Amino acid sequence: MLGRIQVPPEVKRGQPFPVRVIVQHPMETGFRRDYNGKVIPLNIVERLACRYGGREVFRVELGSGIAANPYFVFPVVATASGEIVVEWRDDRGQSGRVSALVKVA
Amino acid sequence: MRLAIVLLAALAAPVLADEPARPVPARNGSAFLSADLRALQTDDFANPMALWVRRGKDYWSRPYQGRSCAGCHGEASASMKGVAARYPKYDAGADEVIDLARRINGCVVGGLGAPKLAAESDDLLGLEAYIAKQSRGLPMSVSIDGPAHATWEKGRDLYFTRIGQLDLACTSCHDASWGKTLLAETISQGQPTGWPAYRFEWQRPGSLQRRLRACFNGVRAAMPPFGSPDLVALELYLAWRAQGLPMEAPGVRR
Repeated sequence: MLGRIQVPPEVKRGQPFPVRVIVQHPMETGFRRDYNGKVIPLNIVERLACRYGGREVFRVELGSGIAANPYFVFPVVATASGEIVVEWRDDRGQSGRVSALVKVA
Repeated sequence: MRLAIVLLAALAAPVLADEPARPVPARNGSAFLSADLRALQTDDFANPMALWVRRGKDYWSRPYQGRSCAGCHGEASASMKGVAARYPKYDAGADEVIDLARRINGCVVGGLGAPKLAAESDDLLGLEAYIAKQSRGLPMSVSIDGPAHATWEKGRDLYFTRIGQLDLACTSCHDASWGKTLLAETISQGQPTGWPAYRFEWQRPGSLQRRLRACFNGVRAAMPPFGSPDLVALELYLAWRAQGLPMEAPGVRR
């Protein structure tokens, strides 16, 4: 599954910096019907988590009230240079992963 | 002297009698959005269309049986610059005016030998968005001369024809009432410069033709099928009407 992640090119130690993530997903609520009146089955991302230097720093559980192609911005405090990894998984077992390198000055 | 001025004016602006007035001042669709949505559109990361632009970029360089878009057209940032601003356009091979989607599919089927991309499919919208993005900020500049003129006239006539149970023409809202409020929304000028766009009502991207179909539906008229000559003619008329306005595709709409 397609996703994008963005972190500032360089961050200061001890300072919070924004992590921006956008995930391509229909986030079908399960309440909608198609043109033929048939229910469009539920299909949502259930869980998205972010690890920084091997430690989980952010986790969100999503419901059917979240719009399609969800977009998240959350602050993380810079500790050491390393990889930021964001992974998610939907109710059908489809998963995705994006990562970015953080350079701490 | 007075005669000279009249003559000069006639030379400077050879306005055809059959050219309807365009909205003044011309404003892009984003001018009628909330500040939040406008900011989202210009944010290259958060604009949800960026996901489809990347999809289009992937398609552009992905080889299909050894051939790819990039194989013929090279870097899209150079070869596709300004291209979307010139569509719909008369195509000698088809001997009619075609839209960008049909031009893309001509290449996909004829050039790559790949299966045709369905209307409103992620790959087609992705390619359209990727190509349109190369024209961001450039002025709309379609040609309505020569063989395209008849199509433009057809589009103009459609634009001014009242249709549907509500008996409204495009002009009823988008010339006579732009800037006014319809339910909770501001009526735009109907400028096509931001398409394909991510429309929040749809929760996904769509083409200008899908948006036009939504207007047909809105006035309770039968929706023409995707790619129909009526929609292409309307697209050409709208593009001419937006002549000179900077492209803002891929856009974000309500």
